[in-house]
Amino acid sequence: MSLDFKPARGDFFKDETFRDDFTFKNSPAAIRRFPFPFDRDEYMYSVNMEPHVSTRPGSVFEHTFDVDEHYVAEMIDRAKVLAEDPLRCQSLPHMTLAGWDLLELIMESNAREYPQWFSLTKNGNQWHWINRPLGIDQKFTFLDESTLPYGPMEYITRQTQGDFSLQDERDGSLWMDAGMITTQADWSLDFDVGMNFMEWHAPVPLAHEKMVFDRALKFLLKLQQGSPVRRFNWTMTVNPLLDTAPETYPKWGPTKTSLTQENLGHKQHLRVELQALFRLPRSNAIAFSIRAYLGKFEELVTVPKWGRRLHRVIRDIHPDIAAYKGFWRNQPAMVEWLAKYDDGAPTSPGVWPDA
Amino acid sequence: MSKTNFPPSIKTRPVYAELEPRPGTAHVIIADGEGAEAVAHLLAKVPDRALMLARTHILYTPGPNGTDQWAAVLAFGAAQAYCAPTIPAMLPRMAKVVAEAHMGTQFYLAGTEGLIGQAEREIMMTGLPFAAIQKEHRGSTVRRVQCVHCKGITENVATDPFKCSHCGLNLFVRDHYSRRIAAFQGVNIDAEDPGLVPAAVEKFK
Repeated sequence: MSLDFKPARGDFFKDETFRDDFTFKNSPAAIRRFPFPFDRDEYMYSVNMEPHVSTRPGSVFEHTFDVDEHYVAEMIDRAKVLAEDPLRCQSLPHMTLAGWDLLELIMESNAREYPQWFSLTKNGNQWHWINRPLGIDQKFTFLDESTLPYGPMEYITRQTQGDFSLQDERDGSLWMDAGMITTQADWSLDFDVGMNFMEWHAPVPLAHEKMVFDRALKFLLKLQQGSPVRRFNWTMTVNPLLDTAPETYPKWGPTKTSLTQENLGHKQHLRVELQALFRLPRSNAIAFSIRAYLGKFEELVTVPKWGRRLHRVIRDIHPDIAAYKGFWRNQPAMVEWLAKYDDGAPTSPGVWPDA
Repeated sequence: MSKTNFPPSIKTRPVYAELEPRPGTAHVIIADGEGAEAVAHLLAKVPDRALMLARTHILYTPGPNGTDQWAAVLAFGAAQAYCAPTIPAMLPRMAKVVAEAHMGTQFYLAGTEGLIGQAEREIMMTGLPFAAIQKEHRGSTVRRVQCVHCKGITENVATDPFKCSHCGLNLFVRDHYSRRIAAFQGVNIDAEDPGLVPAAVEKFK
């Protein structure tokens, strides 16, 4: 068995690339719903979590797992990454049950929230899954690995936008013991798998001193089934490259030196991660979804509030954060380019565009 | 507190205490180089030294800097003592000893980070409780580093940056440490400016 896609894009899902010729771009509608992460004109690390509840129809907060116009293209890109490096998806032996929990959560959510695209029918443990955009029709036995072409976590995350990690809970910490990581902001699952919460966050500057991780861990250990939470994270990426992995850094690192004032608006992307955390019912593990959205600077500044605010945030960012997020080199060029879109006018509170 | 003074670091960098005797049905001591001195210090603190030694299996190998204290280790008089020429040569025996250890066994690891890390990994893979493992750093601070790009591990890294012994990329050594791999992380230092490699500094001796 394998998982062959027979894409049915219709007129919603785009045919585009996140590598080589980089044809990715956002439609005007996708720009309006872009998850701009800055709710004020400055940025510092915080425990910025809120309940992951359905709000603002049409926004990225409407559904449990947002499926957007880039879905089919992102899944094709993930399959290519995995073909080149299978170590991007790993599950330690005790995490299979958590993988089934995740498969159930995603299949049930998507079948319920997007009936036009996904369908799940059950007869006891005999399940029938249909994924129309990718052309998949799969009958399998729930909790029986031999009936799927991959383990349950890999099977479902090959069909779901965003990276996923699964955390086992023991000894008062969370242990990242499984993951599907192909759209990461420069961290290695292969190196970090098996680490606990403090270990895998160790390289982050400033936040440890602010006790951010101590408080976040306390909060997450209390996470209840049925009450997921979410937060934003963000970084910067040159070219719409989803797969900025440390493994391939020698390949994409040099592109950071390719920016000019002429090409910056098109090549420089704000990369926003909508992260959500779910307690899983059988394994008591925590699923962590890390959904990356790419927005070109030239796209973001079409919303005047975002142009002004992005300029101020990047101009005033703490240098350690700029270095950790890997854009220290290009910060002056970004500020120069963005300054044209900041007339000094005040910005309204919150992340949403002004009407 | 550790006998070795390490500079301040991020939180995955291991920290070490002194070995302390604990009651146990069996004792497995794994050491290299100057780690033998930590073992001597440990044994000096044991209330019933003869009883502990009668239940002790020592695995020893000279350190990466050539320090060989096998004669002193042998003179401790443990029920079993074994000297391997290198860590890789020690691993098969270590794997068998660890796999056959019963609950209640105490593990004492002493010496360089390469030795401690690889022994700890072997013990963790069996599912034995983490709390049964003590670690004390002694001797050389050279590092075991995994290249994040090619996945090859370079042993006994003394300088930062250094050249990966597998793929040849110039790597800087991050303090980020994986217990599963028993290695620090090496990341290409001149990816953004190929050829622009700072002079290597001897950071680990």
